[in-house]
Amino acid sequence: MWEYTDKVREHFFNPRNVGEIPDPDGVGEVGSLACGDALKLTFKLDEKGNIKDAKFKTFGCASAIASSSALTEIIKGMPLEEAAKITNKDIADYLGGLPEQKMHCSVMGREALEAAIENYKGGSKKKHELEGKVVCTCFGVTEKEIERVIHENNLDTVEQVTNYCKAGGGCGGCKGEIEKIIERIKGERAKQKTVLAPVKGQKLTNIQKIQLIQQTINEQIRPALRADGGNIDLIDVDGNKVIVALRGMCAQCALANITMKDLVEAKMREFVSPEIYVEEAKDLADDQRK
Amino acid sequence: MKTIYFDNNATTKVADEVLEEIKPYFCDLYGNPSSMHTFGGQIGIKIREAREKTAALLGCDPSEIIFTGCGTESDNTAIKGTLAAHLNKRKVITTRVEHPAVLSVCRDLENQGYTVVELAVDKKGRLNLSELESHLDDNTAIVTIMFANNETGVVFPVEKIAEMVKSKGIVFHTDAVQAVGKIPINLSKSNIDLLSLSGHKLHAPKGVGILYVRKGTRLAPFMLGGHQEGGRRAGTENVPGIIGLGKTCELAMQNFDQENKKVKFLRDKLEKGILAKCPDCMVNGDTESRLPNTSNISFEFIEGESILLMLDRFGICASSGSACTSGSLEPSHVLRAMGVPFTAAHGSIRFSLSRYNTEEEVDFTVEKIPPIIARLRELSPFIKK
Repeated sequence: MWEYTDKVREHFFNPRNVGEIPDPDGVGEVGSLACGDALKLTFKLDEKGNIKDAKFKTFGCASAIASSSALTEIIKGMPLEEAAKITNKDIADYLGGLPEQKMHCSVMGREALEAAIENYKGGSKKKHELEGKVVCTCFGVTEKEIERVIHENNLDTVEQVTNYCKAGGGCGGCKGEIEKIIERIKGERAKQKTVLAPVKGQKLTNIQKIQLIQQTINEQIRPALRADGGNIDLIDVDGNKVIVALRGMCAQCALANITMKDLVEAKMREFVSPEIYVEEAKDLADDQRK
Repeated sequence: MKTIYFDNNATTKVADEVLEEIKPYFCDLYGNPSSMHTFGGQIGIKIREAREKTAALLGCDPSEIIFTGCGTESDNTAIKGTLAAHLNKRKVITTRVEHPAVLSVCRDLENQGYTVVELAVDKKGRLNLSELESHLDDNTAIVTIMFANNETGVVFPVEKIAEMVKSKGIVFHTDAVQAVGKIPINLSKSNIDLLSLSGHKLHAPKGVGILYVRKGTRLAPFMLGGHQEGGRRAGTENVPGIIGLGKTCELAMQNFDQENKKVKFLRDKLEKGILAKCPDCMVNGDTESRLPNTSNISFEFIEGESILLMLDRFGICASSGSACTSGSLEPSHVLRAMGVPFTAAHGSIRFSLSRYNTEEEVDFTVEKIPPIIARLRELSPFIKK
């Protein structure tokens, strides 16, 4: 059970400003059914450029509905330039806070507002579009969006990023990339905290080396492959030669060679030893499948 | 406010008769059944009786019952214990709709180099048995397939599956946590090798479960320590839990037909009432082969957590397969495996009944739900006026 503040509950059970304004000055639509929450915000301006009225329609959980309601209450009567500065934190604060895992609801509110303002400035025609590279394909979250929630909310773990914008909350294949973004923004401080990477040993015995290879596959390589419906098995280790078999979608993939070099071999060299080279055991893989 | 409890697949009320039965074992008869003195030793006799009662419900020999700490422990023991006893076999077959107590174990095994096959289900949540047959081979150590699904209540043809698996000489385990007490099981006439059961799903206290192990099934112990449970599960017995479980099994046997008939009547009335009064909703799962107590209904274009919170205000307890309630950001893995569209998966609500529910509760719920659904749909941007 989520621990919602009284204010969240109150705004959920009695949401303010529900509906759609006919002939609005700005419309912002964010989220989707697939994502589990979606928000349509409409607003109307008065002669002075202040937000005269704002209404919302929301598909989502209690905190999504409460965040939307709060957003409309915050921006009503506000000059547009001032509304443009609203962050997700303002929405969460207005509600007396949201559970950590629900912070993405407040981010959705801010996104809808931004999209609506953008729509107004673009002459009521401009639709909100994703900008920049998409990092999380499950929820369609861009690098820019991730950077923004990290900055605005001072985040430093992947888990937090997932709580705030959902990125990494699906298949998990992009977690490594999110970590890199955090590292880039936070610098060394975050780097010290992450203990995910296996520790590279000094001189490994054969058994330790094989274990490290298996661990690298489990933690660094397999999650990325599984994201695309593939998988990988460690078949054998012979000196610096690592023999693996690609499974599932990866086995039939035309880009298998690239996967081998750019992902498998690169990770092995990074985490185990720079001398490692990887080969695929095609025949053996076929045998095992039978 | 009165609580209307429609979440019996999550956990159940401890039966009054069970509570009465176990009360003396906290402060008066608190001895350790392994002790040599009479004070402790008499408890051992009670545990033996409980073992006999549970064996009677399952139709097996008392020696085939191992008491565990919960259903999850039973599942872990069954799968890992079987693999440890068959070191040369490296393949596990399961389904995509298992409870996490099985699925997480299997996915972890995959990381350890095991080959794991997760069988798909169709739109109604049914398995394709010929697909299962095609995967059975000499390398397969264990097939683990649930008896009945906790989210949809869909019952798999487990007896048939067990026969198929057995004919290839492979160990078959079934997670029957949701099935025991709700559908007849007679292990003396079945090919099931291992079966998991959890006490708190059938009106016994939390913290006790059973793993049935057919005589002659090779299984390495999971918990090591003392000699309890014949060396198959170490750890001091949960005495009140075990005695309560014995009592609950006795009650389940006595009232089996009558109770399930009543529960099914209430479930059907609830389901029909909701479907008749709410547009754009549907039942998830195969209604032909389903537990008598479970109904999983999807309300399109709205989100499950919102529905639950609205129901909560009336004291009505249910659960949802929506992303917001699953603890992850994606909706239920069971509904996704069945290909239930996102529009419906996020708005799925599970009602699971028990013998303690009444017709008044059903009528009250059928009356309260339609306005809740209509209200939330007014808020939804996906409904065009």
